[in-house]
Amino acid sequence: MIVTVASGKGGTGKTTVAVNLALSLAARGGNPAAPLLLDCDVEEPNAALFLKLAIEDRRDVGQMVPEIDLARCTYCGRCAEVCQYHAIAVVGKRVLVFPELCHACGSCALNCPTGAIHEVLNVMGVLERGWAGPVEFAQGTMNVGEPMAAPIIRQLKRWTIPSDRGDRPIILDASPGTACPVVEAMRGADAALMVTEPTPFGLHDLRLAVEVARDELGLPVGVVINRDGVGDRGVETYCAAEGIPILMRIPLDRRIAEAYSEGIPLVEAYPTYRERFVGLWKRLEQLVHRQGGHCGQERKR
Amino acid sequence: MKQMVILSGKGGTGKTTVAAAFAHLASQELAIVMADADVDAANLELVLDPVRQEEHDFAGGKVAVIAGTKCTACGTCHQVCRFEAVIPGDEAYRVDSSACEGCAACTYRCPVEAIQMVEQRDGQWFRSDTRFGPLFHACLHAGRENSGKLVTLVKQQARLLAQDTGATLLLVDGPPGIGCPVISACAGMDLALHVVEPTLSGIHDLERVMATTDHFGVPSLVAINKADLNRARADEIAAFCASREVELVSCVPYDNVVTRAMVQGQPVTAYGDGPVTAALRDTWARVRKRLFSDDVGPREGGRPW
Repeated sequence: MIVTVASGKGGTGKTTVAVNLALSLAARGGNPAAPLLLDCDVEEPNAALFLKLAIEDRRDVGQMVPEIDLARCTYCGRCAEVCQYHAIAVVGKRVLVFPELCHACGSCALNCPTGAIHEVLNVMGVLERGWAGPVEFAQGTMNVGEPMAAPIIRQLKRWTIPSDRGDRPIILDASPGTACPVVEAMRGADAALMVTEPTPFGLHDLRLAVEVARDELGLPVGVVINRDGVGDRGVETYCAAEGIPILMRIPLDRRIAEAYSEGIPLVEAYPTYRERFVGLWKRLEQLVHRQGGHCGQERKR
Repeated sequence: MKQMVILSGKGGTGKTTVAAAFAHLASQELAIVMADADVDAANLELVLDPVRQEEHDFAGGKVAVIAGTKCTACGTCHQVCRFEAVIPGDEAYRVDSSACEGCAACTYRCPVEAIQMVEQRDGQWFRSDTRFGPLFHACLHAGRENSGKLVTLVKQQARLLAQDTGATLLLVDGPPGIGCPVISACAGMDLALHVVEPTLSGIHDLERVMATTDHFGVPSLVAINKADLNRARADEIAAFCASREVELVSCVPYDNVVTRAMVQGQPVTAYGDGPVTAALRDTWARVRKRLFSDDVGPREGGRPW
């Protein structure tokens, strides 16, 4: 089962929930399948700060951008005409390529009448994978100054998520917000787990994140309330009205915040949480099972 | 006119809390215009009680739409699409508009011209009045692209009004992260104030967002929020700032009053007096001094504990 941990609002505890879920599932009794944890917040990846990592493999990540073979180019301007992102300009006898605007769709190369365009890798960041004890872990890190996170997330998923998943728990830690990087982290998941805080900001952004996961992508959605007790009852009222289950609560507790500040996972500071995170996973499995195990590949209207 | 943006890298560190406090405090001395550049999760409006004056659609881009009647299910579009946005069908193919990036490669390659690019309403933007001044804000529709474009639009509109009305400050509440909406939010700013928490993640993310503002030539200031949560980490941030010659303008203590003010829909500085309000008043005073003085060199940071 693939679960994407998201929130809308930042700083609500996505990474805390994702990391501790993975650590708890790895420590289950019996001989559990090793969880795979992906840090999909490639702009600000933080999960590794909570793990003792042994990185085993690393590769550049980027996208294919056009390179012009001037011997073949007739400066006809077709490439600039078909590019929807203004990433190519043909000015007299010069062709300018702007890699930071390119979406790597390949349309310019496909449409060039003389075959003068081939594609080369424009590096935008790095992907890494390895193990944190019994948890398999991978992350992407976008280079500073690069604008587009979604292609890095897409390739992180392609590189690491096995096609034959068996009963392995796969947990994706998404970035805050509700725009394309979050959609990319949710696409293909079996469920979205929303971590929120019971405040007006938390609720406002939770609604938007639910719109993406449930209404746009058709995913089953469950909620974790973090810092339970801090604000008002708006999140609970909303979840009740929408029929969204609250699957776990983590209380407002300064000691939890202090452990977090030092990069100590919650389940290490408070081992009794292990069982609670395993329980959270079971409730997620039930949620997915109840909703027919829909794979989230298509939009459900 | 001066322009400043509030950033953080990591989400949920208190950007909007600081932005709302600055709106309240700055508007007592200056004519200001505000812009909420966190267009996928805009929260500033929740504490400014805005009254909408204008509402506009935002069409950020186009998506491919296949005419089922013309489609011959040849599969060319599926072959050329690199975004897994084309869904095969027996009689006609379809486009998953949430996956379509609008590249139009399919449109150009379709042998029977069954595919059209259709403009999509990606969101809305608003001009509102608040008791502190005009607010420009927006709402990107769930899961859409082009948030950078919408940020640019919101800022542009805010700047135009600020210029027309002779406002002295454009205050921008930024998005988290370091990607396209952050880059758009930084463009043209005189100053970026980074709000950071004294946690390992906070420090890690501060370094990356500050590298981003450096990259685009925007000078930085730093404010530590919830500073007393972990004083050793707060000291580490202070040392980091000193090593970069970046001014640490304040340390705001942890206090539940911030949430109580939020629940009441108020900037915390308007909600009550206390250590948080005092720290934010001091923060604003230092930022104002820095914004409106010609001397832009680094200064001593303050550490109130």
